[in-house]
Amino acid sequence: MAIIEAKGLAYAYPGRTNHSIKDLSITIERGEFVILTGPSGCGKTTLCRCFNGLIPHFYDGKLEGDLTVAGLNVPEHSISELASRVGLVFQNPENQLFALSVEKDVAFGLENLGMPREEIRKRVDWALKMTGIEDLRDRAPHELSGGQQQRVAIACVLAMQPDVMVLDEPTSFLDPLGAQRIFEVINELNKKLGITVILVEHRLDLASKYADHVIIMDKGEIILDGEPRKIFDSEEARLIGVGVPKVTRLYQFLKERGVLLGRVPVASEEASHLLREVLVRDRG
Amino acid sequence: MSVFDGFRFRRVSSPVHDLDPRVKFLYVCVVFAAAVMFSELLPLILLLLIQVPFILLAGVQRAWLRSLRGASFLALLIFVMNLVSMYLYQGQVLLEYSLGMTLRFLVLVESFSTFFLTTSPDQLSLALEQSHVPYEFSFAFTTAVRFVPVLAEEAQTIMDAQRARGLELERGNFIKRVKNYIPILIPLIVNAIRRSLELAEAMESRAWGATEKRTNLYVLKMRGGDYALALTSLSMLIIAVYIRLYIPIPSITTLVHL
Amino acid sequence: MIEVKDLHFTYPNGVEALRGVSLAISDGEFVAIMGQNGAGKTTLVKHFNGLLKPNKGEALVDGVSTKRVSVAQLARKVGFVFQNPDHQLFCETVEEEISFALRNFGFKETTIKRRVTWALNLLGLTQYRKTSPFMLSGGERKRVALASVLAWNPEVVILDEPTIGQDYQQKETLRQFIVQLNAQGKTVVVVTHDVEFVAECGPRVVLMLQGRILAEGKAEEVLTNLSLVAQASIVPPQITQTFLGLADLGLPTNVINVHDASRILLNLLEVTP
Repeated sequence: MAIIEAKGLAYAYPGRTNHSIKDLSITIERGEFVILTGPSGCGKTTLCRCFNGLIPHFYDGKLEGDLTVAGLNVPEHSISELASRVGLVFQNPENQLFALSVEKDVAFGLENLGMPREEIRKRVDWALKMTGIEDLRDRAPHELSGGQQQRVAIACVLAMQPDVMVLDEPTSFLDPLGAQRIFEVINELNKKLGITVILVEHRLDLASKYADHVIIMDKGEIILDGEPRKIFDSEEARLIGVGVPKVTRLYQFLKERGVLLGRVPVASEEASHLLREVLVRDRG
Repeated sequence: MSVFDGFRFRRVSSPVHDLDPRVKFLYVCVVFAAAVMFSELLPLILLLLIQVPFILLAGVQRAWLRSLRGASFLALLIFVMNLVSMYLYQGQVLLEYSLGMTLRFLVLVESFSTFFLTTSPDQLSLALEQSHVPYEFSFAFTTAVRFVPVLAEEAQTIMDAQRARGLELERGNFIKRVKNYIPILIPLIVNAIRRSLELAEAMESRAWGATEKRTNLYVLKMRGGDYALALTSLSMLIIAVYIRLYIPIPSITTLVHL
Repeated sequence: MIEVKDLHFTYPNGVEALRGVSLAISDGEFVAIMGQNGAGKTTLVKHFNGLLKPNKGEALVDGVSTKRVSVAQLARKVGFVFQNPDHQLFCETVEEEISFALRNFGFKETTIKRRVTWALNLLGLTQYRKTSPFMLSGGERKRVALASVLAWNPEVVILDEPTIGQDYQQKETLRQFIVQLNAQGKTVVVVTHDVEFVAECGPRVVLMLQGRILAEGKAEEVLTNLSLVAQASIVPPQITQTFLGLADLGLPTNVINVHDASRILLNLLEVTP
């Protein structure tokens, strides 16, 4: 059952002549872990903003085409209505936390929705547990590291129990270890709670292994859409200039010389396995 | 800078910290009103001493003393100015009056200092919300407090970045120095505006404005201690008014002569 | 060129950022300072242009202690490109932005004009000469910041986390640019946690942990040393991890980039690379 359905989507920011997204059509199934990538300026951030209604409600302008998210037709529903179905985590951890304690920040969205206090309390405790930050409950956001702040941001969105979580380059400001931890948290939420994840990322080395659906955009259009391994191995991906995982590049170099691995690797563990097969076979 | 120390909240637990901020604010207002009502030394000294048990109970004496020290320069200034202006206008050296004005200033600074030392910005915003101040205001207040350390750090980074391009902030005459701050102010302001936009996006994405009836994770409830303080404050106010109207207050000089 | 001896530094808020760092960087070297966020990397490089002065120990640029020279004088030799270009952009046009430092350093107007044109050309920004820097995209603003530092031709260029927020192509372009800068004789110091970026450039790596230097050496030695990598909490390059999983088959463990990896494997399989 498709949780996001877009047909012929197009949008230009008010005051700009060229469209940031043009004639875009995608289908995302419930429970998928989607990676959305592409060169800077390809329209990924614009698309993310469409998913939760910031476009067209916050940014004005006309959103052409059809977009249905979690059963709601986006242009017809306010951002706050969409907020309980779609959550959006932004790139800069600092600028999405406004309260003076982690707990209050996580409660923020629920307070806005006017939920009863006991319900808020329950959800806050649950969200803190799911993201592994219960010990940070009373801390002020400024005292936290970037990685911790992003986990708080995820908890803030999680507390609203959305069907879809969209994350726009959430690890930009984090070091690789911090980034890995965030991906692990997101993956848990996807696998354990069935939340559909749309992750915009450049760091494909670290994130690819979690994805079951990859979408590559360029200049406002969808160029590639489908199974991760096939897409990363494709010629177009290389031409667009996307940073495919290094082990996938290794696979391609070997293939050029006639050495074929069992399948296209995206992570180091599977690359080791696949290479081992070939090397052992060669010796044996 | 040390005078500001006396206003920064410290996360400590004490009976005073746990008091309802609205009641504490009432108390501070009463002290303010009483201080303004009297210019005689005796009641002002009393008002200053009344704070002490609160400060000791809250365990914030060191910060409080630091703010006193910070305010002392201004206090001295007020004393001297009053002395001089009274001499010029009335031809007399009104020692007690000038001392009284100085004390009044100190009482005001110290009572507000006590308030801010024992009340977290969180509690303040909660108090604002529950006092039927529109949520936008208390939100703006909390967010501002939240971002003060961030902006301070950013200002430092911007200064470093410009100094690394040869900008010398310490040199030059007054006009040159002021001009030198343009490369600091512009990035600061531009970034603040950019930040506001990002904040707005995040707020909207978390259902800002979804409903008029916004609920709250925490609620301020008045307890025994709060009612006691409220009662004490009101009594103080009534006594002060009574004294002001009906009881003449001897000056220190009179007392000393007795 | 740049030397620090037993450098100790504690921030006013009490955080002990550097606890005895000793390092020497020679003319023309290409060094990557790596480590987790909070290891002290940026604090260390801020001592190279005098923005920070040591509490204990010494920082020397060309043999002169940074305590005896002003930041402006040091900046003339040591250029510093900050992580976020928005922390420095303030002029009405890109041209003015690039001229800013040149004016501060007292260059003649004719020289300034020449240098600005050169810098615009170098970074592909000529068409934006009269544009407001605030109108440019993120990547373009980064280039303006870089141009404004290169314009005054410092002998040393320090780049603080230059790859943050960049897409793959931008990182590639930057990488090639940095390598070229170094090839032209500039001393280049890059502060970064981007292991894959370093693996592709192959500089000398200085690995930091909690205010100290944990190790230093060639990239392929440091980044493939499992115990160092674990201690410093960094993630080794994907290729390294792959090869480490094959160590028992006798594969070399010091491989960090794809080209070397493919060459080694093809040799092993006796296929002409």
